[in-house]
Amino acid sequence: MIWDLHCHLNGIPGRTPDEKVARLIEVADRMQIERLVLFMGAPFLIAPTPEQFREQNDQVLQAISHWHHRAFGFVYLNPEYEQESLQELDRCVKDGPMTGIKLWVAKRCDSASVDAIVRRAIELKAIIYQHTWLKTTGNLDGESTPADLHALASRHPEASIICGHTGGNWELGIRTIRDLPHVSVDLGGGDPTAGLVEMAVRELGASRVLYGSDVAGRSFASQLGKVTAAEITPEEKQMILGQNLRRLMSPILQAKGVRL
Amino acid sequence: MIIDVNVSLSRWPNRRLPLDETSKLAAALKQNGVSQAWAGTFDGLLHNDLAAANKWLVDQCRSVDEKLLLPIGAINLSLPAWEEDVRRCYELHGMKGVRLLPGYHDYTLEDPRFRQLLSLLAEKHMLLQIAVRQEDPRTQHRLLMTKDVDLKPLLTLLRDFPNLPVILLNAVSSSAVELHGQLAAAGKVYFDIATLEGLAGLERQVQSLPSERLLFSSHSPFFAFDSAKLKLQESELPAPAREQITHLNAVKILSEL
Repeated sequence: MIWDLHCHLNGIPGRTPDEKVARLIEVADRMQIERLVLFMGAPFLIAPTPEQFREQNDQVLQAISHWHHRAFGFVYLNPEYEQESLQELDRCVKDGPMTGIKLWVAKRCDSASVDAIVRRAIELKAIIYQHTWLKTTGNLDGESTPADLHALASRHPEASIICGHTGGNWELGIRTIRDLPHVSVDLGGGDPTAGLVEMAVRELGASRVLYGSDVAGRSFASQLGKVTAAEITPEEKQMILGQNLRRLMSPILQAKGVRL
Repeated sequence: MIIDVNVSLSRWPNRRLPLDETSKLAAALKQNGVSQAWAGTFDGLLHNDLAAANKWLVDQCRSVDEKLLLPIGAINLSLPAWEEDVRRCYELHGMKGVRLLPGYHDYTLEDPRFRQLLSLLAEKHMLLQIAVRQEDPRTQHRLLMTKDVDLKPLLTLLRDFPNLPVILLNAVSSSAVELHGQLAAAGKVYFDIATLEGLAGLERQVQSLPSERLLFSSHSPFFAFDSAKLKLQESELPAPAREQITHLNAVKILSEL
């Protein structure tokens, strides 16, 4: 069972979200990927206005509308607009089919304005996916580091939080969030560097490690290969490739009455 | 059958890698159906005694399986008497080619020594590999930061070396799609797939670069080998194009040296 935590519509051929998701599923089938999590629309917008993030989320809602048996959606929010983000969270998760939240690079996640979003996510049992990168070449102004995520997650031990890209510089990312058992790491979106999965499993335990691709910026292949080639047990690979994400999503799926 | 044109032996400077023992890497390559791998050495990144590094490389290749590992010597054009390293690669070790790592050696392809190297290789009928990058700049060690190699100067140089095979390693992740097409048209320039990304990336890549100019590679052991292998599964290619990429192009390069 393979569930991909991290997929985008941007960069996929197609004139509409329906065409893009159809192509995405076609290629996912070649890799035996059963379920995909989609977030954000096309084009990528690093600091979307409320109108823009609603439009981006509409693209995802449209894309998953015919693929509920294959695809989930996370709602894209901008913490710079706290009230509008909370309203959008309710529209897409409480009153809609989405199951998690995507926070990208509009505002660093240690800021207080993210707390209200996290508190509402906890009420809704929604997963929080926070992009993190610690770039040797320098971060964007609003781009969160693993340390920013640690600060946020420390304030919300009941939240289910995912450290996007394992912090980019993954050796540092893993060390940074190691002491927070409610934080998992997303393996996607970086080069298929050997040793990443082994270190994550050794330091965090396999239950906190999630396969994601960051397709279409990345390929399914390069990101799956990190897991399939890793020197870990077959059981640990199964957990990383799908079982962990299914477990994390179970509370909200049950709350929504979704049967798998 | 697979020929992997981009593997390296020895140790990555700031991390142990699961397959950084030659015997382990060789076993993994064989297990994955690789019949030949063109092996450079990570020692080429920072060592100054490249004669020793290249000798070690040859010995390692012979120690596991001479048919499996084809040594590709490291050359640093910033070192004094680098021509002697080329001579030894060719005359002492019988190497088919050399690998440049300009990002780590502090020169550009506009450097007159680069043209001299092209002349030497053309004269000896050797192939040239240029590692455009080894690692995503965003994840590099702060004290080991390097930039991707600027390939533009190569375009004009190729006119004088139309028969020299030039293999650009780890190049296709960059945004220089137009330049890559121009390079492929200007000479015998090949691109490996280790850093190829995107949904069904090979299907897309063959629309901008002909399959005759693409070579299978894993960048092992720095990258997980499976990442390259699974690219063949993710893209649906006509059988002839697939065979060109997995091995036929590499066989042709060697046969024409």
